Amino acid sequence: MSAESTAIPVPVLPVSAACKTVGSVAVADPLISARDVNVYYGEKRAIMDVNIDIARNQVLAMIGPSGCGKSTFLRCLNRMNDTIEGARVTGLISMEGSDIYDKRKDVVQLRARIGMVFQKPNPFPKTIYENVAYGPRIHGLAADRVELDEIVTTSLRRAGLWDEVKDRLNNPGTGLSGGQQQRLCIARTIAVNPEVILMDEPCSALDPIATARIEDLIDELRASYAIVIVTHSMQQAARVSQRTAYFHLGDLIEVGETDRIFTNPRHKLTEDYITGRFG
Amino acid sequence: MSSRTAADTRLLVEKSLRRRAWAERRFRAYGLGAVLLGVVFVFFLFASIISKGYTAFLQARVTLDIFYDPAAIDPEGTRQAETLAMANYSALVRAALREKFPEIEGNARRRALYALVSSSAAFELQHRVQADPSLLGQRQRLSFLAAANVDQLLKGKIDRRLPEANRVLTDQQIACADKLVNDGQLKLRFNSAFFTGGDSREPEQAGVWGAVVGSMYTLAVTLLLSFPIGVAAAIYLEEFAPRNRWTDLIEVNINNLAAVPSIVFGLLGLAMFLNFFGMPRSAPLVGGFVLTLLTLPTIIIASRAALKAVPPSIREAAFGMGASRLQMVGHHVLPLAMPGILTGTIIGMARALGETAPLLMIGMVAFIVNVPRSLADPATVLPVQIYLWADSSERAFLERTSAAIIVLLAFLIVMNAAAVILRNRFERRW
Repeated sequence: MSAESTAIPVPVLPVSAACKTVGSVAVADPLISARDVNVYYGEKRAIMDVNIDIARNQVLAMIGPSGCGKSTFLRCLNRMNDTIEGARVTGLISMEGSDIYDKRKDVVQLRARIGMVFQKPNPFPKTIYENVAYGPRIHGLAADRVELDEIVTTSLRRAGLWDEVKDRLNNPGTGLSGGQQQRLCIARTIAVNPEVILMDEPCSALDPIATARIEDLIDELRASYAIVIVTHSMQQAARVSQRTAYFHLGDLIEVGETDRIFTNPRHKLTEDYITGRFG
Repeated sequence: MSSRTAADTRLLVEKSLRRRAWAERRFRAYGLGAVLLGVVFVFFLFASIISKGYTAFLQARVTLDIFYDPAAIDPEGTRQAETLAMANYSALVRAALREKFPEIEGNARRRALYALVSSSAAFELQHRVQADPSLLGQRQRLSFLAAANVDQLLKGKIDRRLPEANRVLTDQQIACADKLVNDGQLKLRFNSAFFTGGDSREPEQAGVWGAVVGSMYTLAVTLLLSFPIGVAAAIYLEEFAPRNRWTDLIEVNINNLAAVPSIVFGLLGLAMFLNFFGMPRSAPLVGGFVLTLLTLPTIIIASRAALKAVPPSIREAAFGMGASRLQMVGHHVLPLAMPGILTGTIIGMARALGETAPLLMIGMVAFIVNVPRSLADPATVLPVQIYLWADSSERAFLERTSAAIIVLLAFLIVMNAAAVILRNRFERRW
């Protein structure tokens, strides 16, 4: 927290020479730096020595074939892998200079700073209002009902859902359409005012129109948050992201500016994937 | 395969279609047959119990003109409480009977006459006089319980055609009863005493209320202990405990405990609660403890299944918002699992309500006349009361046994209905 207030740029962590990832892994003034991150599910090594920085106010897309470890890596960033039996994370992930896997740090604090939107819209089976108010309530962000109302209203507005639900805030959130539910989940996430939003294939269960709305929303949210999105759709990665990371069988193969990755991939595997030779 | 033409395929499908349709029809017939069989048995059960038991809700009462004879009760006129308590009140009933039937003479014949009225009549008169001594010297027309055999006669359960020696009532007694009926002094009335009184050796005085209260106390203790403990254990095992050899061992043990015969829990309760901790015998408190041991595995298993059925996406959503594990469970998972948990609890409580064997072990089988007033008072429960009555030789206990079964079933239905209403309320919220 102190690093944020003093506005001193966080130093770039050195990347070990063994790192085989092609492209610019590190960025200036990173919000999150991952160094030599490995994830094991029991004996199985799911991702191998991943090094990558996540920049502020930017969308990082993570692409790759199924089972390549992109979702696993995403879930390392807010320690969601902690909830999986037998999962083990090694290496260093630091957010503004402090290790997020530090035993003395409470994971609740981390998850308030790093929000997450899941593949399948999963609103709580409560009212729309309660869905958005839940985070501020458990973290004690609102002093009174008026402030809470304001947070809920603002969050729904920013998620582009306000006009559709303002007359039925007390209806169940599960009664909305799929796209609306996903925007409700985004509203719920931004209600706690996080610094990073992780999105795990947020549009894979949605129709093209709902997808387009979410993509527009991601573009707007970039002004305030760092966004990391896992996607199966290369078009989506090209449309919404500024940086793209390509994963393959647990290895981070290539990272770079999205335009550059899609027009001029340097690694053979990246090129094969992007040109549709497998995927 | 590829050589088969489309027409061949269609023909084969058509053939198999007939077979599949037939299999489906057959399965439906089996299902319907099973359901019908069940309905028939339930119908017979209810028909048999109700046809045997409904007469217990009526009771023959004799109306007599009682003269509160001061010479018989308080010859010295002191009106002292002790004298009033010690007096011979059955003499008043006898006098009234003699007055009604002056033609009957001789000790043996008179004793037979006196046997028409229940012994409770004397106690009733005693209570009246003790409450209001000014009654002495007055006349009152009062209605008393008739003896159980007279009651059975009025209900047509004593065959008048049998030879006198094979009957519980003599010809003279039957004649007297008939005369009382003709004079409107002997009638079947609603048997409120059955629903307000405790057990008795005299069938006409025996009521079910003591057992109902005993069951209520016992089940209240069971519910208050087994629900929170069971749900907490299920939550811990399902949401908090690591998966390792120890939790596997605990799981196997819980599943085994659910199948342990209930009498074993009774022996455990006897050894632990009575012998080791020295708790009172026959008390609903201890009965509740024992039934808690019995109910816990059922509630834990059902609650774990209900918790497991909550979609993991809800847990992820809560964790993703930064909820702690306890908040995740308390705010999201538990409310969603509540209907399932309540269903498990209903099943467990229904089993506890019908349980007899473990309660025999801790002394709840005793003959207890008083309605229990606290958790530590000696008490019995409905199924034990049914067992006790079914074991009695008097004919009049037969209908009371069936009536107690009706009360037990009504208890069960009320309990289940309450639980279903509760469950629906929870379901509607979500």
